[in-house]
Amino acid sequence: MVNIEINGKTIQAREGSMLIEAADEAGITIPRFCYHKKLSVAANCRMCLVEVEKAPKPMPACATPVTEGMKVFTKSGKALDAQRAVMEFLLINHPLDCPICDQGGECELQEMAMGYGQDISRFSEKKRVVKDKNIGPLISTDMTRCIHCTRCVRFGQELAGIRELGATGRGEHMEIGTFIEKSVDSEISGNVIDLCPVGALTSKPFRYSARPWELTEHDSIAPHDCLGSNIVIETRRSRVMRVLPKENESINEVWLSDRDRFSYESVNSDQRLLSPMIKVKDRWEETDWNTALEHVAARMNETIGQAGSELGTLVSPSATLEELYLAQKLSRGLGSHNVDHRLRQEDFRDQDIAPVFPYLGQPISELETLDAALLIGSNIRKEQPLAALRLRKAVLNGARLMVVNPIDYDFNFPLSIKEIGSTSAMVHHLAGIAKSLLHLTGEQAPEGLDNLLVNVDSNDNHLAIAEHLKSSEKASVLLGNLCQASDRFADLRALAGLIAQLSGSRLGYLSEGANASGAWLSGAVPHRGCAGQTLAEGGLNAMEMMASPRKAYFLVGIEPELDMNQPAQATRALQQAELVVALSVFDSPALRDQADVLLPVTPFTETSGTYVNVAGQWQSFNGAVESPGEARPAWKVLRVLGNFFKLDGFDYLSSEQVRDEIRQQCEGIEADALSPWRCPDSVANDDGLSRIGETPMYAIDGLTRRATALQQTRDAVDAAVYMNPAQAASLGLQDGNQVTVRQGGEMAELPVCFDERIPERNVYIPTGLAATATLGAGFGPVELHKNI
Amino acid sequence: MTAESKIELLTSESRAEIDRWVAKYPEEWKQSASMAALRIAQEQNGGWLTNDLMDAVAEYLDMDPIAVYEVASFYSMYELEPVGRHKISVCTNISCQLCGADDVVSHLKKRLGIDLGETTADGRITLKEVECLGACGGAPMFQIGRDYHENLTPEKIDELLEKLD
Repeated sequence: MVNIEINGKTIQAREGSMLIEAADEAGITIPRFCYHKKLSVAANCRMCLVEVEKAPKPMPACATPVTEGMKVFTKSGKALDAQRAVMEFLLINHPLDCPICDQGGECELQEMAMGYGQDISRFSEKKRVVKDKNIGPLISTDMTRCIHCTRCVRFGQELAGIRELGATGRGEHMEIGTFIEKSVDSEISGNVIDLCPVGALTSKPFRYSARPWELTEHDSIAPHDCLGSNIVIETRRSRVMRVLPKENESINEVWLSDRDRFSYESVNSDQRLLSPMIKVKDRWEETDWNTALEHVAARMNETIGQAGSELGTLVSPSATLEELYLAQKLSRGLGSHNVDHRLRQEDFRDQDIAPVFPYLGQPISELETLDAALLIGSNIRKEQPLAALRLRKAVLNGARLMVVNPIDYDFNFPLSIKEIGSTSAMVHHLAGIAKSLLHLTGEQAPEGLDNLLVNVDSNDNHLAIAEHLKSSEKASVLLGNLCQASDRFADLRALAGLIAQLSGSRLGYLSEGANASGAWLSGAVPHRGCAGQTLAEGGLNAMEMMASPRKAYFLVGIEPELDMNQPAQATRALQQAELVVALSVFDSPALRDQADVLLPVTPFTETSGTYVNVAGQWQSFNGAVESPGEARPAWKVLRVLGNFFKLDGFDYLSSEQVRDEIRQQCEGIEADALSPWRCPDSVANDDGLSRIGETPMYAIDGLTRRATALQQTRDAVDAAVYMNPAQAASLGLQDGNQVTVRQGGEMAELPVCFDERIPERNVYIPTGLAATATLGAGFGPVELHKNI
Repeated sequence: MTAESKIELLTSESRAEIDRWVAKYPEEWKQSASMAALRIAQEQNGGWLTNDLMDAVAEYLDMDPIAVYEVASFYSMYELEPVGRHKISVCTNISCQLCGADDVVSHLKKRLGIDLGETTADGRITLKEVECLGACGGAPMFQIGRDYHENLTPEKIDELLEKLD
């Protein structure tokens, strides 16, 4: 620490820190445009000039390191003169269009101009005009307003890891842009809107729709990935106008993924379900809540009677803790353990030894301090974009990132080692790594593994992965969404756990949806109750409920044909069922086809609730706007349904009461991602064409699927059969050919699309899309027939 | 999904020459050779750079394409539009200006029938205004291709223009 004096006030500052950081910490404001605490120092705007004693001229506070005894004046005549002069230069080319600028009212330049600008411009020459660029569906550009602070450029280079924006040209002709006509495709691109200190980069979906001073802020939690980024929902007169990040250093820092930022568009969609509806003789009739709930209770009792097991309850992994808890409580109250949130999961073999909740194995912020990490079945950059940022930081600090993945994903950080192959190849690779580790450590293989390892040859990559994990002080083995959805999840989990144990690494999950952790803790699984409590008798999991159809179903916040692992089978099971009650935010033809009662519920913006993130942090939030029409928070609907069924313990007055009841039961739970050892049946690498069923990042739930702007980005993947050209050649197929895809009895017709990232003997057919909703499991054998 | 490689757009001679420049810098600073690489690519292509060629340079030096565009658009000696066989770069900076650069420019404009920044219809000559080329002692001056020509007079200019093919 060094002692410095700013404006006569003595403060202590970290050695090596810049003046502006020290001043910020001490609450002394220095004006700035190009400086941002999360970006490198550019010192190009010169707005932060301050007077430093004994320095001959004003110094930029963002690029002047503190030294012992330094005396700084931020408001002296010399400093103010310098700041005013800089301001005058910045305003020379800046248009005076604040009245029609979206940034007006929250513009750093506007604010600084109030403080340091003059009321008259001495500049009478021509102003510079820059042509606007089209850089995609999310960001609007008005480049004449740009003051060349280069925050957006540095963000791309330093954080996003793809430099898409740059400063081309020179002097008066310098422009920020992509140079060639091109969209900005980063999955976290929206952050440049927040970074831009002027109105050059603004939100396209929000454009011209409201003024910042008309908006009311509501703190909330983002509903799409397992990090639970902190957000601010900004509303005007009961309408969500936009979503911004809220700083939380332990989770999202100051950033937000585009999915969390722009998905709000769908809560204002005209596809919202606005009143309870009942199907009467194949016709849908609107009704009131009382009639609808009475109808549900009566029909349910009639349908399942005493046979509770005839009921299946499926809840979205992005539902709130309270919704998940009440859904399972209702189901179990009706005598059914058939309740699940693992809609996309395919392999349930080892669910009995699963951890009490899928835990990251560490706080989110520690991902950036890792020395080595092995990602298994994870497209982390698209699944948890801000966790990828943390890993990227680790890699830039020298960490080794290694992957065993079904697709050769383009990450925004370099990989040290990658092994790409089908899910069975992935099991084989993990076995190879485990074998190397057994060899390195000299430890005994756990029960049953010796026999399997006889036929496994560990290659150089396996050995290198083993060595890196073992020699690193802080290493993690992380199981991604693809791993958890895959047909070999149990085997991958067992081997990953073994690898973590042998190498002294931490095992961690990157779980699906926003609240998989909350779902496990609240008991929204068939074999466990709240807080992981073991049940004497379990129920059917999500897949079994569809494979052996039930007479009645509760669907909470899901669209089965898009959210379930076996969409075609799910659709049939629901069509045949006698009673399907769907609590849904949206109305859709598919739901009308599958359900018998539709109950309008609210998205995250209109309900109070809690999400538990992958690091085990409980984050509660309140509704930001009133719900439209008759829509009601799902926790209230479930609670009142409990009353209609005359069940005990459904007398909550608030969602907080529900949460506290869960919290109480969860007290003392220790997060641990490791499961006890259970030997895989096989680690052989089998051949045959198999499907990789990744869910594209903007198809993961009803909200993102209806977010108009996100659907226009490049990450909104088209339905197709993606395969590498060599694979296509061996099947006699060409890019653009129409093929019939068969999985057992299920089929779909799709075009072939070349994609070099897909390994041989595999095809990538996305899930979560209407065009693939007639297919079978996300992972497993698939047949292709060329259409003539 | 993966973009096609554009490296082949650089001839093997160009690549060999770029390699010589890359070798001058530490291995992890390949991008230090970007200016030389752009010059080489420009020469290979008759004096100007296409977007594809810049992409090829970016790919060859493991750079983001935008970083190469920045370099190419910053320096005035890189041409981003087609140029004539001969490029006349007239200095109009202070010393030349004092010694009659304006006359040089107007004479050239009249003789060639083009304005600054334009190319003759036959694709023979491009006329360009540049900043100081460091030959103030011989002002006014211009550069044809790589050669300097100093102490210019209308007669001398005509003579030089005659000699161009």
